[in-house]
Amino acid sequence: MDYSQFLIMKQEIALLVVFLLVFLYDTFMPRSAQKGLPVCTSVLMLLLTVAGCLDCCLCSTDNQVAFGGMYETSAIISAIKNILNIGVVIVLIQSIKWANGEFMIMRRGEFYELLLVTLFGMYLMISARHFLVFVIGLECASLPLAAMVAFDKNRYESHEAAVKYILTAVFSSAIFMMGLSFVYGVAGSLYFANIYTAIYASPSVMLVMAVAFVIAGIGFKLSLVPFHLWTADVYQGAPTSVTSYLSVISKGATAFAFLVVMAQVFGSLYTIVWEWMLYALIILTITIGNLFAIRQRNMKRFLAFSSISQAGYIMLGIIAYNTLGVAAMMFYILVYIFSNLGAFGVIGAIENACGKVSMDDYRGLYKTNPRLAFTMMLAMFSLAGIPPFAGFFSKFFIFTGALEGGSVAIYVLVLIALINTIVSLYYYLLVVKAMFISEEECVILPFKSACSERLGMWIALFGIIFLGLLSPVYSTLIDMASVSQFGMYFLN
Amino acid sequence: MFENILIYFVVIPLVMLGLLALCRDIKQIRAVAVVGSLGLIALSVYLLVDYLGLRAAGNEAPMLYTGSWVWFEPLNIHLAVGVDGISIAMLLLSSIIVFAGSFASWEIKQPKEFFLWLILLSTGVFGFFISIDMFTMFMFYEVALIPMYLLIGVWGSGRKNYSAMKLTLMLMGGSAFLMLGLIGIYYHSAPEGGQLTWNLLEIVDNASIPHGWQSFLFPMTFVGFGVLGAMFPFHTWSPDGHASAPTAVSMLHAGVLMKLGGYGCFRVAIYTMPQAAHELSWIFLILTGISVVYGAFCACVKTDLKYINAYSSVSHCGLVLFAILMLNETAMTGAIMQMLSHGLMTALFFALIGMIYGRTHTREITEMGGMMQIMPYLSVCYVIAGMASLGLPGLSGFVAEMTIFVGSFKAGMADYLAGAGSLRLVFTLIACCSIVITAVYILRVVGKLLFGPVHDDHHRQLTDASWWERLSTVTLIVCVAGIGCFPNFFNTLINFTFKPAIFSVLGMN
Repeated sequence: MDYSQFLIMKQEIALLVVFLLVFLYDTFMPRSAQKGLPVCTSVLMLLLTVAGCLDCCLCSTDNQVAFGGMYETSAIISAIKNILNIGVVIVLIQSIKWANGEFMIMRRGEFYELLLVTLFGMYLMISARHFLVFVIGLECASLPLAAMVAFDKNRYESHEAAVKYILTAVFSSAIFMMGLSFVYGVAGSLYFANIYTAIYASPSVMLVMAVAFVIAGIGFKLSLVPFHLWTADVYQGAPTSVTSYLSVISKGATAFAFLVVMAQVFGSLYTIVWEWMLYALIILTITIGNLFAIRQRNMKRFLAFSSISQAGYIMLGIIAYNTLGVAAMMFYILVYIFSNLGAFGVIGAIENACGKVSMDDYRGLYKTNPRLAFTMMLAMFSLAGIPPFAGFFSKFFIFTGALEGGSVAIYVLVLIALINTIVSLYYYLLVVKAMFISEEECVILPFKSACSERLGMWIALFGIIFLGLLSPVYSTLIDMASVSQFGMYFLN
Repeated sequence: MFENILIYFVVIPLVMLGLLALCRDIKQIRAVAVVGSLGLIALSVYLLVDYLGLRAAGNEAPMLYTGSWVWFEPLNIHLAVGVDGISIAMLLLSSIIVFAGSFASWEIKQPKEFFLWLILLSTGVFGFFISIDMFTMFMFYEVALIPMYLLIGVWGSGRKNYSAMKLTLMLMGGSAFLMLGLIGIYYHSAPEGGQLTWNLLEIVDNASIPHGWQSFLFPMTFVGFGVLGAMFPFHTWSPDGHASAPTAVSMLHAGVLMKLGGYGCFRVAIYTMPQAAHELSWIFLILTGISVVYGAFCACVKTDLKYINAYSSVSHCGLVLFAILMLNETAMTGAIMQMLSHGLMTALFFALIGMIYGRTHTREITEMGGMMQIMPYLSVCYVIAGMASLGLPGLSGFVAEMTIFVGSFKAGMADYLAGAGSLRLVFTLIACCSIVITAVYILRVVGKLLFGPVHDDHHRQLTDASWWERLSTVTLIVCVAGIGCFPNFFNTLINFTFKPAIFSVLGMN
């Protein structure tokens, strides 16, 4: 065996090294030094991210395949992994205060280890070119998350959320694998490339079922409507750090993996099978996510529904099915990471300080904690797509990508999505209204948030303000997408 | 990049934003606002003079001071700027109103936040008027819209939550259509295989939008901008929004922001898609015709001063869109004059209403009377504004409306004689009626509010205008009278550059 193949997996291996270091620290360091674990993990992840980004920018990674075609990496794949890393770093920084709390003393290590394992799973999912590896990645990314959701073991909601999460995760995996068995039946192989060729040569009716099952299975993870029912309860029940991880990292990774599967496995069925499936799912996801978000009073539930509708917008990048769409989708994920983590940073800081998570408690927040209110407002504006914040650019680009060479049907879809942005603006403005306009006495007293929380919010704010205005980010993504392996699967 | 003078229209407000963020007390804030807006006025006057000089020297390019800097290279998005006479007129208008608005909000509470949002709004406005790249244009357009929410929500009065939300959502709804329209234009901006572009001048040169797409994209863009231009039936945000907004915001919104709508309709919708404009203008002609008359009638029955003025804005801005849709040089010149005239006049109105409301704490005309005895200065200003609004010769309203109706009548007669139906003619006649209705509601207010007995004895102790209020109103009155007395100057300014645009439209006839 050629061991140099492992070098191609350098990102996974680096992550594994971080995991092992964290594990060793947790196991062998004395009690007194245990408090340093969260900071240590954040620093290690930061180093990994910086190294990854430098590697990504300086060395042009060609398309490389390892282990007989089971694993693939390319510039765009290492870019999406780096994007996820950036998000993880922010999540880790934001979780420091929570992880150093009284209640976490015994279980601090597990949180970080589980988190890194799920990230490893997501890496595998993204890079897999064989469904066996893909399923390992999928399970690796889902099951430990259930344990993380249940982390507040004294809270009833946390248990409920964990049970809901694990049941839906297992159920969706089962559906997904049902789809795979159909695919195997038709193609006789689980390699993406072989399946693609087999389908290309002889499309069969069974594939419609197969694609539907695969979309449903991944749809559960992405919380597309109608597979979204677990989302709100899990987001509400899980500790805030876990919720923010679930809502951005897990979603971003799955969305990209979804693109890979749809393009590299079912690419030839785009127009005849899955374009209209996705079309319907996008309309449902965006509309229902938005309509339900309007009525939420709990901030975490509110962001759960908002993230459902955001997932619908991310899917526009897949239905676009062109290079612009891929780049726009990745840019959208990147911007979404910063905007959503900005919002979760504020929610987490307030929850840690006084345990309030209801939107009603946010009334008059500007008077007591102007900086937090300001951060929250910018995050909301970015999520709603208001210029000059990054969200505007990502929305604009994803619509531009979707409309390239678009048919009338796609124009209608984008129009529906655009009208939905107005609905979403309404509920994002409700938060702004509560914080800035409401004249009631605020129940959240002025407090000073921890250093780590502030650092996390600053990073998020930086991204929200500058990501869109600085054009190189998006241009680089387009360059990467245009030389990526997807090119050969797209119709034009 | 910074050698281009136009960039400074965005740079100055941005610098002001930075300075405002550093300000510690109200004096510094006022200083920044006044110096900054004076700087903007100076810049636009300089631009005006320089521009006329260049034109007199025989420069025939459609846009001057053009500059273009790559922003998002893969999508060919540029930061492209350029102005013609129309944009310069709008820039001048905006800087004057920002100046007057700063004085009108001399004693606002939470001044720092207020001015931050106000200047952010004007950054959007200035950026919009200097842009010729659709993407940057749209971005600045949205930048100008969102501060309204907080400005009305925090500093407004009455049903401010409702109005702020309604205004923001309706305008953003318009921009949703607009975004689709603009991306659609982009994808058809060049012939097959050519380099797609967002640059308006290049799109006009290429003239490659297929006919079928034009009939889809034109309504999208026109409605998108039309919402901000208060086109019936999308005008309902305007009365509520203006009634609840604080004084300076009403001024800026009715004075400048609503012009973004008319300007956009002209510059983007009609400029790039003349064929569709020619074919579909009848739909929008009916709608805008309705807003002209309907707005005026509504103003007749309202008793709240701000509502009256807001409905009168609907009527006057309807006239702008109405004239643009006549697709004829005289009417379009009139439309631009009307934008200028209405911008100044309505800003004056809202400033005066704000000052009166600040003293009497009521805007109901039934609860006030005899103001002429109590505050003669403000009352006289109100009469002047009213006269400008109902089109008294010597003031701006007359010039603008006269030009519009002459132009529309010409277009209508041409249609009629060519056997192309009499829709334009009929609607011109209907729109002409609005002059009479305007006189009705203006004189009604003037009679009830300013003359007659003093209605409430508490009002007798009220003081007349303070120096900053006088400064604010005098500036506006001078400009209103200036347009009225020297219409030919503005006519030249606008006409210089109207020709290419008009040719591209009339080329279809």
